[in-house]
Amino acid sequence: MSEPVIFCDRLCVDLGGMTVLQGLSISVYNGDFLAVLGPNGGGKTTLLRVILGLEKPTSGTVTVFGAPPGIASHRIGYVPQRLFFDREFPISAWEVVMMGRLSRRKLLQRYGGADREKATEALEITGVAGIRNRRIGALSGGELQRVLIARALASEPELLLLDEPTASVDPEMKSTIYDLLERLRERHTIVLVTHDTGTIARHVSRIACLNCTLEMHEKGSTLGRKTLDSLYRYPVDVVEHLDAGGAKPDEHHDHA
Amino acid sequence: MNTTTMPDILHFEFMRNALFAAILSSVACGIIGTYVVVRKIGFISGGIAHTAFGGIGLGYYLGVNPLVGIIPFSLVAALGIGLLTRKAKVAEDTAIGAFWAAGMAIGVILIGLTPGYAPNLFSYLFGNILTVPSADLKLILMLDLMIALMVWLFSKEFLAISFDEEYARISGLKTVALDLLMLCLIALTVVIMVRVVGIVMVIALLTIPAAVARSFSRTLHGMMVLAIAFSVMFSIAGLWLSWVFDVASGATIILVASFVFLVTSLIKASRFRMAH
Repeated sequence: MSEPVIFCDRLCVDLGGMTVLQGLSISVYNGDFLAVLGPNGGGKTTLLRVILGLEKPTSGTVTVFGAPPGIASHRIGYVPQRLFFDREFPISAWEVVMMGRLSRRKLLQRYGGADREKATEALEITGVAGIRNRRIGALSGGELQRVLIARALASEPELLLLDEPTASVDPEMKSTIYDLLERLRERHTIVLVTHDTGTIARHVSRIACLNCTLEMHEKGSTLGRKTLDSLYRYPVDVVEHLDAGGAKPDEHHDHA
Repeated sequence: MNTTTMPDILHFEFMRNALFAAILSSVACGIIGTYVVVRKIGFISGGIAHTAFGGIGLGYYLGVNPLVGIIPFSLVAALGIGLLTRKAKVAEDTAIGAFWAAGMAIGVILIGLTPGYAPNLFSYLFGNILTVPSADLKLILMLDLMIALMVWLFSKEFLAISFDEEYARISGLKTVALDLLMLCLIALTVVIMVRVVGIVMVIALLTIPAAVARSFSRTLHGMMVLAIAFSVMFSIAGLWLSWVFDVASGATIILVASFVFLVTSLIKASRFRMAH
């Protein structure tokens, strides 16, 4: 039984006086392909931000590769939600992918041949080598998403974290991205966050639902439909599901 | 109206100096203006520039070159606004407003305390490229070299914090420190621009050349080179027009820049409408 890649124990996070994550415990092991499902505002992105060290937990423990978050950042490849970019920014796809090499280079150290090699390799894996010189704003949603995955891969990560990789991507491109992830899981531990419940179950080994269904039901039924949206901000627990092909969580520890 | 042709007027030393000042200041505002535009921090730059008025007052009060007085004031403004908004979580426009007004107030009081009349005060507020002394040109050249060196050294880090600050942070960059460094470079650019267009209008030359250049650029470096070219064009055209019509040079440069900006924006808008 190896040490978990990500370990959360009774994790609580408050943001601006609001409880976003409460008593969350989960372990992710080497070779896992975990999907975190849940509604918008359910704390999925917050969980990723805590793992990345961008957000501090209010209480509870988090370790990533056995260390507090933020220490092992060079072993993590992060694919953020693509919606947050300035599409007008004058930067080429190639330059975005090269950013993936930042964590491998020191301050003032310039990029070298090895960096360009890794970036080229990453572009080829994600199938966007042909558009490397295009401006970021000229890319389609699917192309941009694959460029962002290439950026994460360029840093040679062991763990890949993806935030809504299939949001605002057309259905055809969705399955292309899932196929890509299917190939990547052979070499990387993957955690992805999504509210796309449809296709995901076929691909991943484990699913966690972030937003306690039990509590949701109770509060939803007593307080009525009107407050449902605000209740969605009361996520709470992680429920681990099992897909048909996956192992039980308990057994999973052993073969990981 | 003045009928002397451009090559003729270059016989005058003040004209040659003006031309050098136009080119040297364009280098700084093309490079730094590019970051100001893509990061949308024009208002911070305006705040730093106006705070620098306190430095001009200090220069008069101490009887030293006001340009030297501006350096500490603009740097303190850059660091102050940067730290207040990033560390103390003060709203950015509040921090900018406070520094902006406090700097101007200090300037007014120090100039009031200075005995006698404050010569050339108007030129620091609105610029006068025709009165740039050779000593100031050397200072401007030095600051230019420093800005270019810093941007060359930190080019990958500056690109990262400009495009995706969060990713830069995750990659282990000290983003707050880099951010403050960039604000300090803006402060030094303000020092350079004061001679040319004055503290009130610095913000125009920091944003317009880069904004026009952005429509034609695919990379940040390309945008910088183009922004420098546009800035040189605006400055020289403005200088020439101000000579021909015998009007204030700084204001003419700004009007030329604003006019080109308006025209390119309109062309862009009409193309967008035709395409959609």
